[in-house]
Amino acid sequence: MGNLSEIFNLGLFQNTLRTATPVILAALGGLLTEQAGIMNIGMEGMMLVGCFAAVAVSFAMANALMGVFAAVMCGIVIGIFFAVFVVKLRSDEFIIGMALNTFAAGTTVFLLRSIFGVKGTFADKGIIPLPSVNLPWLESIPVIGPLLNGHSVFVYITWVFVFLVWFLLYKTPYGFWIRAAGEHPESLATAGINPDKMKFIASILCGILCGFAGAHLSLGYLTMFAEGMSANRGFIAFACVIFGMANPPRVFLAALLFGFLNALGLRLQSVGIPPDITAMTPYVVTVLMLVYIVTAGEAKRRRRAKRLVAEQKT
Amino acid sequence: MNSESSTETKEIIVQFKNVSMEFPGVLANDDVSLEIRRGEVFALVGENGAGKSTLMNVLYGINKPTAGEVYVKGEKLESFHPSVSIAKGIGMVHQHFMLVPSFTVAQNIVLSKEPRKSGFIYDLAKANEITENLVKEYGLKVNPKDILRETSVGIQQRVEILKTLYRGADVLILDEPTAVLTPSETEELFQVIKRVVREIGMTVIIITHKLYEVMAISDRVGVMRQGKLVGVRNTSDVNERILAEMMVGREVLLDKLERTGKVGDVKISVRDLFVADNRGLPAVNGISLDVREGEVLGIAAIEGNGQSELIEAITGLRHIESGEVFIQGKNATKLSAREIREEGMAHIPEDRISTGVSGPSTIVENIIIGKERRRPFSWKGIHLRKSSIIRYAEDLFKRFDIRGAGISTQVESLSGGNMQKVVVAREFSYDTPVFVIAQPTRGVDIGAMEFIHDKIIEKRNNGAAVLLASADLDEVFRLSDRIVTIYEGKITGHFKAGEISKMDIGYYMTGDRRETGDE
Repeated sequence: MGNLSEIFNLGLFQNTLRTATPVILAALGGLLTEQAGIMNIGMEGMMLVGCFAAVAVSFAMANALMGVFAAVMCGIVIGIFFAVFVVKLRSDEFIIGMALNTFAAGTTVFLLRSIFGVKGTFADKGIIPLPSVNLPWLESIPVIGPLLNGHSVFVYITWVFVFLVWFLLYKTPYGFWIRAAGEHPESLATAGINPDKMKFIASILCGILCGFAGAHLSLGYLTMFAEGMSANRGFIAFACVIFGMANPPRVFLAALLFGFLNALGLRLQSVGIPPDITAMTPYVVTVLMLVYIVTAGEAKRRRRAKRLVAEQKT
Repeated sequence: MNSESSTETKEIIVQFKNVSMEFPGVLANDDVSLEIRRGEVFALVGENGAGKSTLMNVLYGINKPTAGEVYVKGEKLESFHPSVSIAKGIGMVHQHFMLVPSFTVAQNIVLSKEPRKSGFIYDLAKANEITENLVKEYGLKVNPKDILRETSVGIQQRVEILKTLYRGADVLILDEPTAVLTPSETEELFQVIKRVVREIGMTVIIITHKLYEVMAISDRVGVMRQGKLVGVRNTSDVNERILAEMMVGREVLLDKLERTGKVGDVKISVRDLFVADNRGLPAVNGISLDVREGEVLGIAAIEGNGQSELIEAITGLRHIESGEVFIQGKNATKLSAREIREEGMAHIPEDRISTGVSGPSTIVENIIIGKERRRPFSWKGIHLRKSSIIRYAEDLFKRFDIRGAGISTQVESLSGGNMQKVVVAREFSYDTPVFVIAQPTRGVDIGAMEFIHDKIIEKRNNGAAVLLASADLDEVFRLSDRIVTIYEGKITGHFKAGEISKMDIGYYMTGDRRETGDE
């Protein structure tokens, strides 16, 4: 029983918020492209470039904010690059996404070695991290205070982004245009708005959000760059988009669930479960959940059909 | 603006000057010059592929013509984009509705011109208000808050018309507006057209291939054939026969289908069938019917009333919740599509593009599919015998008059009519005793339609049992020996050919009346 309280304590939930943040940011980007009718699996690469750009610029200019700015600019460039191929040239979105991921992995390794002359990881005191937020008045509230206080600044900004993306999609005309571009592009085109333009914008917004995700990962969550440090978070983000049916609050919850499982996995190591097993937890659960959603939906449909038919007969 | 006398004026509102439109390999519009006058109802008729929609898409700015000029209200269209044409007062209701299924009625109406508050926030309440005002003004009833996906086709068409009115259109293009409507809905639409022309001086261009509609609604009519405008007439100076000849370029005799043979045993028997749709909602609610050899049983129903699900259930493509299906006396309720085919059924599915053919495959491949395991086309189902397959396909290609570059053409490059002929060639060459046929001539020109109808009747005369479902009432009436009407998944009427008129059957198709003891 002692073990249980070691696992399920406040730290677990603090960790959940921390680990979920980069996934939420990338997933918000991914849901925008998903709503615009693009299957985007390139978040992984977009994020990784953001990680590197943020660390490199933060180190070079001794300014974390400039690091974030650089990551976002890279995100915009990659977003445009992605959209040119997928929207304008009509290449296969899956292949371009894969290419983007491979490109990002290779380029960051190459630049890491040629600029900083290190292999594997680059950690230096010269990298300026993003600040954490400490609010004394929040600290004094029991449970909630320590849970919500003291995180890196992006943890909070992310919550605002969830709201903003939801607001954009469901409360502004532009959101309706993005959704129309994904669901029925011809209807938007005949109403006089170019759906490709909307897809372009969604791709760029996705790049920006993935840039933020990368910057948070390398300057907020950690203060270093490691080869392949996005560590499949981009793919988990994609799973969250599908899982949350591209709806911002649902995707947010899906990403929190992932963060929770990830944090739980780390803690299970402390009670002697091999790290290889615990590292699998979030992925196994993601797969199981996706399978469950599909089969449960089908089963529900079946049951409903049976019930309604039975009603019709009487 | 002296629009009071608009119906009497001869002012030219739209003018095409030597417009040509070339798509890769096809000259869709060939040097068309045409004038439309303010306040008239102008009908544009022609077979499928004659270039009617292409020409109107030029006016609406979707197509950029390869040659020629278009003038609207005296001004030349300098660029071709829907937003330019919309600004000039052109509105178009497309054959396939340009509506977003998950948006509400109001959201679809204001799409791209949304009411806003503080610059960038979508004023959703205002959108509903705008819609309600439009409903009041034009008498086209819709409910602003309904999700579009859950509304009927008739309502969706109204939404399209309201959408153009909201954009301030005074020239309304309707592309095949009645294809999806019941006779009574069509009548209602015509009332609306008459009202907007009379009351607000609207100009209406209606694209159709139903000639009696031309006679009923239009002031003038233009006939297109193979991309050319072959003539413009005052409607009062012509009749259906003259128009049909202009359309086809020869005399058409649509009414000669010789029926021979006798009705025999029951081949398809459906007993108290219940089937759910994709959402799990009941689509077929206790249907029973029999089809005997040597007869065509036609299903008359408005789209979305369960006829598609019924056909899918009979052909083994959809799960049956309860009830039974017998093919040639054998219980086929739980059989797979392939097993049912082996019991002696061939099937023409309603949507040739998604289920009828494989687009990227060639004509040969599409013709042979389903027979590829049989002799002489394969050796023990392992090795395909190319030469006999090609010989077989060449033969069908000729017999079914498929017009394409050759049997190794990709099917997706064929026109709708020829694509459908590929499906018909494959299915009819099975020589099975049972045929289940859905929408055999949807989007097919008159020539191909005649051909397919002849083939269906030929099968019937040779003793096949044919179950036919079609959204085209003319087709149901022309081919069927008996007709059942289906409304909301139930049979609402059962008639012998000639017992009921097209106009009266509409009541049964909308559930207004129910014959007793029809099952």
